Amino acid sequence: MIGKASPPAANPLRRTLRAIRDLASRLPQRHQSLTVIVGMAFVTAILPLVVLAPPLNGFGRQNDWLDGFANAGVFVLLAMGLNVVVGLAGLLDLGYAAFFAIGAYTYAYGASPFSGLDVPFWPMLLVGAAVAMVFGLLLGAPTLRLRGDYLAIVTLGFGEIVPVVFLNADTYTRGTNGISGVYQPVLPIVGNFGFGNPMPYYLTMAAIIAVAMILLYRLQDSRLGRAWMAIREDELAAASMGINTVTTKLLAFAIGASTSGLGGVFYASKLSVVSPDQFGFVISFTVLAMVVLGGMGNIWGVAVGAFVIYELQSQGLKQLNSFFGGLGLPPFHLGPLTVDLTSINFLEYQFLLYGLALVGMMLLRPEGLFPSRRRRAELRDEADAGAANEELVQA
Amino acid sequence: MSGASTPARPLVLRTIGLTKQFGGLVAVRDVDFEIPEGAIVSLIGPNGAGKTTMFNVIAGLSDPTSGLVEFLGQRMIARPERSWLEPVVWVVPAVVVWALSYAAWLAGLPLVLGQLLVLVGLGVLIATLITAVVRPPWYGLLLVRFGIFKSARPNEMVLAGIGRTFQNIRLFANMTALENVLVGMHGQLRANGLDAALRTARHNREEVQGRSEARRWLAYVGLRGREDELARNLPYGDQRRLEIARALASRPRLLLLDEPTAGMNPSETSTMTALFGKIRSELNLTILLIEHDMRVVMGVSDRVTVLDHGEKIAEGSPDEVRRDPRVIEAYLGKGSVA
Repeated sequence: MIGKASPPAANPLRRTLRAIRDLASRLPQRHQSLTVIVGMAFVTAILPLVVLAPPLNGFGRQNDWLDGFANAGVFVLLAMGLNVVVGLAGLLDLGYAAFFAIGAYTYAYGASPFSGLDVPFWPMLLVGAAVAMVFGLLLGAPTLRLRGDYLAIVTLGFGEIVPVVFLNADTYTRGTNGISGVYQPVLPIVGNFGFGNPMPYYLTMAAIIAVAMILLYRLQDSRLGRAWMAIREDELAAASMGINTVTTKLLAFAIGASTSGLGGVFYASKLSVVSPDQFGFVISFTVLAMVVLGGMGNIWGVAVGAFVIYELQSQGLKQLNSFFGGLGLPPFHLGPLTVDLTSINFLEYQFLLYGLALVGMMLLRPEGLFPSRRRRAELRDEADAGAANEELVQA
Repeated sequence: MSGASTPARPLVLRTIGLTKQFGGLVAVRDVDFEIPEGAIVSLIGPNGAGKTTMFNVIAGLSDPTSGLVEFLGQRMIARPERSWLEPVVWVVPAVVVWALSYAAWLAGLPLVLGQLLVLVGLGVLIATLITAVVRPPWYGLLLVRFGIFKSARPNEMVLAGIGRTFQNIRLFANMTALENVLVGMHGQLRANGLDAALRTARHNREEVQGRSEARRWLAYVGLRGREDELARNLPYGDQRRLEIARALASRPRLLLLDEPTAGMNPSETSTMTALFGKIRSELNLTILLIEHDMRVVMGVSDRVTVLDHGEKIAEGSPDEVRRDPRVIEAYLGKGSVA
């Protein structure tokens, strides 16, 4: 309790971070978009240079890193979209990957030899977002009367149904094989999109994220954003303040879905193939974990959280493998267990590690890595109130 | 006596034969109840008399078992007797369009035109379905107009002009005082998601004006300087005031206050009572009050209605009600009447 009353002054890193956060929150709203653009431009410029420095340059070539960053960007988009649904409006959506799949398949239909169409990338981005949005509305309309757990179960079901439909409607989707040979984007300026050249993807992704982030921030600081938060806080009171809860929740769902659709279009164009097994529950779960770990309700927190977690799972675990492999430790015994660190494939333990991270997070920092002020207040105050009650009981 | 002048004033709210049953329990039984414009009307009664149930029905939170509620002369809440008509309203146009398209095809019109009509029919059906689910205010009004009755929802009651507070405070705890009031102004503001995303002139103007108006509401109830505090961090009395500010921000014609002085000390209670008088005289509002504190009720009310076991047992000026033997019996038990 005492430590909490006076902010810890010792840690300079934390102090700097806090100063930056204060500065950012004090920036007038009309400068917010500028802040996002400058911030994204800075990060986009610095990341390709950072990976040239040791030890990161030892883990892979710059192109491999950029390729990974572009993939991470997909998850950043997904997490930012899910954050609207879960973090702002407080609706637990466990089938979020469905909209991702719908966005990806939309692009595959719009630009592949399978359909014979070749619609350019930019319009397809909008089309993918729009189609995902329509499905968000279609799913939302009948289900958003449900609350809490029931909504979670219905969305979980939807998340399972969509890939199964893509799997079984093989006349239209080629079933398990998926639609391959999806065209890669052709854009002026950014360069030649191709498997060996991830830079254009990387830049395009950065631009998409910047735009999405600006729009989401703007929505958050508006009448609509306040209505979402009011519904999260107390749905009945929100209705008694004149908020049409059905429409408002529907909009949260639709906007979350359309952001996911953007991610899907980009993903399909980058991978050049879409198949049902890419969009399983694992994706929904991963994105939800990213939102929770990153700091629910805080747009940039969720974005950074998603990026860090994606990099940790794709690069970090791989490096852990090669690190222990390189160490060449002899197997050692823990009672009946024999532990051979060199033979463990950490990538297989991804979900165990997620689970551990989530449990640890709930114990130590339930508001997430980069929480919104609101959420921190909520969770910290409850913890303090609990502690105070315990003290009373003991006294 | 104030009772004599009331019939001349138009009614803000009227309930006719209002009954609400929860299973076998009749919470409110056949209550006729009127609120004249500009009055402060109190609803009192022992615990479990059905006061809050009345409130919730009036505010659109639960449908009555029978009876209806008129607000400003318009029927707003009723048992949805003819609600089966609602789907008919949107199925009929869709079927008509589809039939037309089929007829067009039979009549030998080019297939393209027929298909186009079928598509239009499908569009009409989908659009009407979405309307029925989303239920924008104009649709609710349409239902009322044609007597196809579904009770107004809470948000529609707010738009019609009823603001309310809650017995156990229901603020948006993790939003600031200012944001709470801004949410109260939801129905006053018009900027939609698109306005927000594009930061249109409408959005910018509304945000600026809305914020300054919200500040004025906070100052009005005595919360100047606390705009940026989270609602959860405000002291109890201020939370009650914030709830009133939030309700006032929707610019209601009728304000429903559910035990606004519960848990307050005498001095807080008297400032609160003064606030009710101020609201009535300055804002030209009608107030319906649920209250347990008899000093508040007797001091501020023009009319008092007494409920007991869901039935209206007395109605009139505070003095009349105070002397009514049935009221004394309800509060103090049988045999208490001297």
